[in-house]
Amino acid sequence: MKIIVCIKQVPDTTEVKINPETGILLREGVPSIINPYDLHAIEAGLQIRERVQGNVTVITMGPPQAETALRDALAMGADDAILLTDKAFAGSDTWATSYVLSMAIKKLGADLIICGKQAIDGDTAQVGPETAEFLDIPHISYVRKIEEVTENSVRVQRMMDEGYDIVESSLPVLLTVLRELNEPRLPSLKAKIAAKKAVIKKWASSDINVDNNKIGIKGSPTRVKNIFTPEARADRIILNGTLEEQVDKLAKELRELKCL
Amino acid sequence: MPIVVNLNKCKGCEECIASCPYDAIEIKEGKASINEYCNFCKTCLSVCPEGAIEEIEGKFFIPETSSIGNYRGVLIFAEQREDKISPVTYELLGVGRRLADDLNVELSAALFGASEKEAEELIRWGADKIYFCDDPVFKQFNDEPYARLLSLIIETYKPEIVIAGATPIGRSFIPRVAARLGTGLTADCTSLSIDRETRNLLQVRPAFGGNIMATILCPNHRPQMATVRPRVMKRGEYKKDKKGEIIYIRADNIPFRTKVIDTIKEVSNITVNLQEADVIVSGGRGLGNAKGFELLKELAVLLGGTIGASRAAVDEGWISYIHQVGQTGRTVCPKIYIACGISGAVQHIVGMQSSDIIIAINKNPEAPIFNIANYGIVGDLYEVIPLFIRKIKEVKAISS
Ligand SMILES: Cc1cc2nc3c(=O)[nH]c(=O)nc-3n(C[C@H](O)[C@H](O)[C@H](O)COP(=O)(O)OP(=O)(O)OC[C@H]3O[C@@H](n4cnc5c(N)ncnc54)[C@H](O)[C@@H]3O)c2cc1C
Ligand SMILES: Nc1ncnc2c1ncn2[C@@H]1O[C@H](COP(=O)(O)O)[C@@H](O)[C@H]1O
Repeated sequence: MKIIVCIKQVPDTTEVKINPETGILLREGVPSIINPYDLHAIEAGLQIRERVQGNVTVITMGPPQAETALRDALAMGADDAILLTDKAFAGSDTWATSYVLSMAIKKLGADLIICGKQAIDGDTAQVGPETAEFLDIPHISYVRKIEEVTENSVRVQRMMDEGYDIVESSLPVLLTVLRELNEPRLPSLKAKIAAKKAVIKKWASSDINVDNNKIGIKGSPTRVKNIFTPEARADRIILNGTLEEQVDKLAKELRELKCL
Repeated sequence: MPIVVNLNKCKGCEECIASCPYDAIEIKEGKASINEYCNFCKTCLSVCPEGAIEEIEGKFFIPETSSIGNYRGVLIFAEQREDKISPVTYELLGVGRRLADDLNVELSAALFGASEKEAEELIRWGADKIYFCDDPVFKQFNDEPYARLLSLIIETYKPEIVIAGATPIGRSFIPRVAARLGTGLTADCTSLSIDRETRNLLQVRPAFGGNIMATILCPNHRPQMATVRPRVMKRGEYKKDKKGEIIYIRADNIPFRTKVIDTIKEVSNITVNLQEADVIVSGGRGLGNAKGFELLKELAVLLGGTIGASRAAVDEGWISYIHQVGQTGRTVCPKIYIACGISGAVQHIVGMQSSDIIIAINKNPEAPIFNIANYGIVGDLYEVIPLFIRKIKEVKAISS
C-alpha cells in the first residue's frame, strides 16, 4: 500500500508571545516544529504500514528550511521524503497549496493520503478536503480511530458534534486526523542520526507539471487585507476584599444583570 | 501583493525581525531585507517605526472581473442533523440577511434533507428563497454528495457570497466545494461585512491561535466563500408571515464513495450541549482531580448550566473530550462563563472569549485568564465555589 502523509512546518504558536504595548506578535526564539496534528498523521501511516505491507512517503510544501520537518519525519520511520519548494509557491493560500500537493500526489500515486486535521498557524482545516477534491477522491475528516484497513477499503470513526460516525470508504481516500487517534512515537538517537544524512528529494513547480497561474500569490483567490490585534475587554473588574465579600459582590452584580 | 522594504526609510533598527512569524526578514548591509520565506502575512507592516515596510500593488492576478458581475445574491448552507435545522443555521440567516440587505440582493438558503416544514421556517427566519432537496442520500451527512449538490446549485444560481457554519460538517465539505469551483474560502470567520465601494466581502478570522486577527478578501473570484464560527453571530429576526419561494432540487446521479455505517451519540452525564448552554462552569488543571468536577456540577446545576473543561483537565482524564473548550475543542458563547482553575492559555481563550460575561477564579493573581475576565476572584476555588454556591442559594431563597 502506498501511503502519503502531508506535513507542514509551523511556528510553535504556544510559544508565541504578544508585546503588550504594541500588541505585536513576538516570534524571537520561537522554534519551528512539525504541525502537532501531523505527527499523529505520520504515526497513523507508520502503524498502517506495520499492519498491511507498504511504504510511507512524507511530503511538504514550504521554504528550504522545511527540510528539517521532513528529517524529523524520516527519523520517526517514514520511508521517503519530498520537499516541494519553489519561489513560485510562496504566498499560496489553501486553494493553491492544495493544488500543488495534489499534483505532487498524482505524480507519486497513492492509495491512502493522511493529513492533520488543521495546521496550528492558520487553523483552517481546508487543505485536506481541498486536496481530495483536486484528486477527485473521497475524504473523511476528523478521524479519531482507524478501525480497519484492507487492500481496497478503510473503516474509521469520524468525530461529530454529539458523538461519532462510523464511515467506510473505498481506496484511494484522504483522511484528516485528530490528536486522540494515537500517540506519536519518539525517534531513537540512531534513527535521528540516519535521518540527518538522508537525501531529501526537492521538487520545483516544473517537476510536478503545475499550471503557474494557479500557484503562489498569483494563483491564490484569497488575499490578506490587514492584520490587527484583538481588543482586550474594557469592562474588567478584579474584585477585592475578603473572599466572602468578593463572592457577595459577584452575586450582587449578577443579580443586577438579571443572571441570577 | 509583495512586501518590500523602502531602503530610504529603513534605519536598520531590527524591530521587524522579531515580529515575523516565518523568519523571513534579515538584515543585509544594515537594512532589513525580506527573503523567500515571506508568507505575505503583513504582520511586519505595522511594526516598523519608520513605516519603511510597504506592500506594493502589482498586476499579478489574472482578473476574472468580466464574469464577476454575473454573480448576485447571498446563499447560506442550512445545516441539519436528524431532520432538524442546526442552531448555527439561524445565525447564518441573521448575518446573511444583513449582508444581502447591504448589497440589496436576495438571501437564499440550501437545505438538504429535513422537511418542507423546516424549509418554510427558514423563510420566516429571513430567507427569500430555499433550494430544497429531500433525496434520502442527504439524510445523513456525507461529504461527496453534499459537495456535489451544493456546487451544482452555486453553478446554476451564481450567488456572489456563500456562507456555512464552521461546524464539523461545514468545515469538512465546504473546502471541497471551493476547490471544485476554483474560488477562495476563509475558515472560521468571526465577523463579516461588505466593503460598499467594491461589494467585496470583508472576512475577519483569528490566526496564530487567536493571537492576531486577519481580514481576508477574495477580490477576483466568485462566489466569495466563508465558514462562520458558531455562536458568534446574532440570530436573524423571526417574522411569522414572511413569504418566500421553495425551489425543489433533484439529485440525480450523485456519486459517493464513502458510506456512513452508523452514528453513535456519546452520552455524557450532563446532557446540555455546550454550544447551547447559557451558563458554562469550566474546570482546569487547578481542580487537581476528577472529583473537583462534582463541585463544579453542583454550581452549574444551580445556575441551569453545563460543564466545560480545559484541555489539561481532559488530558488528565478527569472529564471526557466533548466538554473541552478551546482551539481543539468547542467554541462557546454563553451568557456566563466561569473559569475555575484555568490559567487562560490562548488556545483556551479563543474558544470562550466571546462569552457575554467571564468570571475567573484562580489562586494565581498573574494568571492570564484575568486579562479577559469581567470579574476576577483571586483565591482557592475549593474555598470560593462553596461560598458562591451558598450565596446563590440564599439569593434564590429570597427571590422565590
Ligand atoms: C495545538 C494546541 C491546541 C490546544 N488546544 C486547547 C484547547 O482547545 N483547549 C484548552 O483548554 N487548551 C488547549 N491547549 C492547551 C493550552 O495551551 C493549555 O495547556 C491548557 O489550556 C492549560 O489548561 P489549564 O489552564 O487547565 O492548566 P494550567 O495551565 O496548568 O493552569 C491551572 C491553573 O489553575 C490554577 N490553580 C491551581 N490550583 C488552584 C486552586 N485550588 N484554586 C484556584 N486556582 C488554582 C493555577 O494558578 C493555574 O493558573 C492546546 C495546546 C496546543 C499546543
Ligand atoms: N504546505 C503544506 N505542505 C504539506 N501539507 C500541508 C501544507 N499545508 C497544510 N498541509 C496539510 O493539511 C493539513 C491542514 O492544514 P490547514 O488547512 O492549513 O489547517 C495539515 O495538517 C497538513 O497535513
